[in-house]
Amino acid sequence: MKTPDSLNLRAAIVSLLLLLCVVGAWHLATTAGGGAAAVTAGLSADEIEYLRMMGKDPGATKSGGFPGPLEVARTSWGHLSDPFYDKGPNDKGIGIQLAHSLARVGLGFLLALLVAIPLGFVIGMSPLMQKAFNPFVQLLKPISPLAWMPLALYTLKDSDVSGIFVIFICSIWPMLINTAFGVASVKRDWINVAATLEVNPIRKAFQVILPAAAPTILTGMRISMGIAWLVIVAAEMLVGGTGIGYFVWNEWNNLSITNVIFAIGMIGVVGMLLDLVFARLQKVVTYVE
Amino acid sequence: MWSDEFLRAGASRVAPVATPPQQKVASMSSGFLKVERLAKAYQAARPVFADVSFEMARGEFVCIIGHSGCGKTTILNVLAGLDTASSGHVFMDGREVAGPSLERGVVFQGHALMPWLTVRQNIAFAVRSRWPDRGKDEVRSQVEKYVAMVGLSHAIDKKPSELSGGMKQRVGIARAFSIQPKMLLLDEPFGALDALTRGTIQDELMGIVRQTQQTVFMITHDVDEAILLADRILLMSNGSDTDSGYRPGGLVEMVGNPLPRERTRAQLHHLDGYYDLRNHIVDFLVSRAKAA
Repeated sequence: MKTPDSLNLRAAIVSLLLLLCVVGAWHLATTAGGGAAAVTAGLSADEIEYLRMMGKDPGATKSGGFPGPLEVARTSWGHLSDPFYDKGPNDKGIGIQLAHSLARVGLGFLLALLVAIPLGFVIGMSPLMQKAFNPFVQLLKPISPLAWMPLALYTLKDSDVSGIFVIFICSIWPMLINTAFGVASVKRDWINVAATLEVNPIRKAFQVILPAAAPTILTGMRISMGIAWLVIVAAEMLVGGTGIGYFVWNEWNNLSITNVIFAIGMIGVVGMLLDLVFARLQKVVTYVE
Repeated sequence: MWSDEFLRAGASRVAPVATPPQQKVASMSSGFLKVERLAKAYQAARPVFADVSFEMARGEFVCIIGHSGCGKTTILNVLAGLDTASSGHVFMDGREVAGPSLERGVVFQGHALMPWLTVRQNIAFAVRSRWPDRGKDEVRSQVEKYVAMVGLSHAIDKKPSELSGGMKQRVGIARAFSIQPKMLLLDEPFGALDALTRGTIQDELMGIVRQTQQTVFMITHDVDEAILLADRILLMSNGSDTDSGYRPGGLVEMVGNPLPRERTRAQLHHLDGYYDLRNHIVDFLVSRAKAA
């Protein structure tokens, strides 16, 4: 009974129950208010007529506007069954929107990686560089990536590029800091082994320091990707045009709460998948001492 | 290799007029490693050790014994080229030691295997560092030969984390031997092992060293280990404050091992002279090594 399998099974059952509770509560909350008969009960026909004239029809079921789970499921199915249609700038399939967001995140993240890893190596290897770079990193790290947006828009003059820049600037810090930390804390013994074997610096960097620091670097990349996915939604709300963030904002302007809820769900699912990919990568490079 | 020959030729040219070949061989073998007036000071006025001088012959096994903090590891690191002395010089094979080199293999205290590589890859890393131009098959056979030497052929494709402490240390030894260094430096290689495992590996190490005629410098805390393995035992004292001021640590005595070279661990304590030697070293450690 105490095997991990039974634990997983029990956990899955509890998860399912929780889901059912939440969805059930949501369903009940959105379908309540059907007591029209009760409302009209104490009123005479005249009074009802008067209320109708005033626009306060007591018989009509007043919709709160908030969709129930069934409606959201129906809409979601609609979106997911045709994810790649393109009917003009304000009506694209969810697949296309997500692809735009992922492309921006991917590009910004990749650029950040190309800067952060080599720079992290330099900072991690040299105590001088560590001290020299530290004030800049400490100062720039706490700045909300969106605060760069106006500056990016002004200098880059392109909303798409600005979005990528914002992703770049928010992804770079965790990767830089973790790479520097990972490189700086490579075990002295391994460096000594490389030294006594007269390993050249390039080989040392790629075959000793990189694998030794890889788990820490991957942790930084995972954090960066998490932040990038948080920031892209906000960035696209500002920049507009395409992407899942823009989709949310557009549906808000359409007052289509159903679509907004669906989009929120999609953001969560994609973010979880991205994290899963990095967790898998992390497992690959992790070593047991 | 070329520069090696060149330098040796250069050195002999500087040496005073024709020395008879015999004498040259003798001086080569007795002075294979020369340590001259080595000192290390973190505070200028209180050097950890000073004036450490000794020589080692080719093929000699030297152990150094002393309490913690006397500077044994520092000396070993200076020999390895991983640390620098405050003053003094080290010459190996007629050349001054400046920085680490493939000519001196090091076995580290904590095995220092790279945990992300298998046993095979760990040793291949060393072999490829030594002979970058060797083909895959040559590297492979060299690796397998040295893994077999320490009796780990069955575990060659395992990661260090899957090995016991003794096996890890064996791999460390195989790695150091695999580059066929002129000299081997061992920093308390068996310190973390249990007594039984330690005994087995000591036997193995002795067998390999006798067979390969390897020159070995080794740090140990274990008196019996030193008596079993070493041809000569260096006794080191710690720095101490005496009435006449601070006295840095250093080499106090060099004890030759009078026991026959073909000794084994099992019959060691039956040999004549074993207890005299052991008592001498233990007395030193108890009463003289630490004046404080």
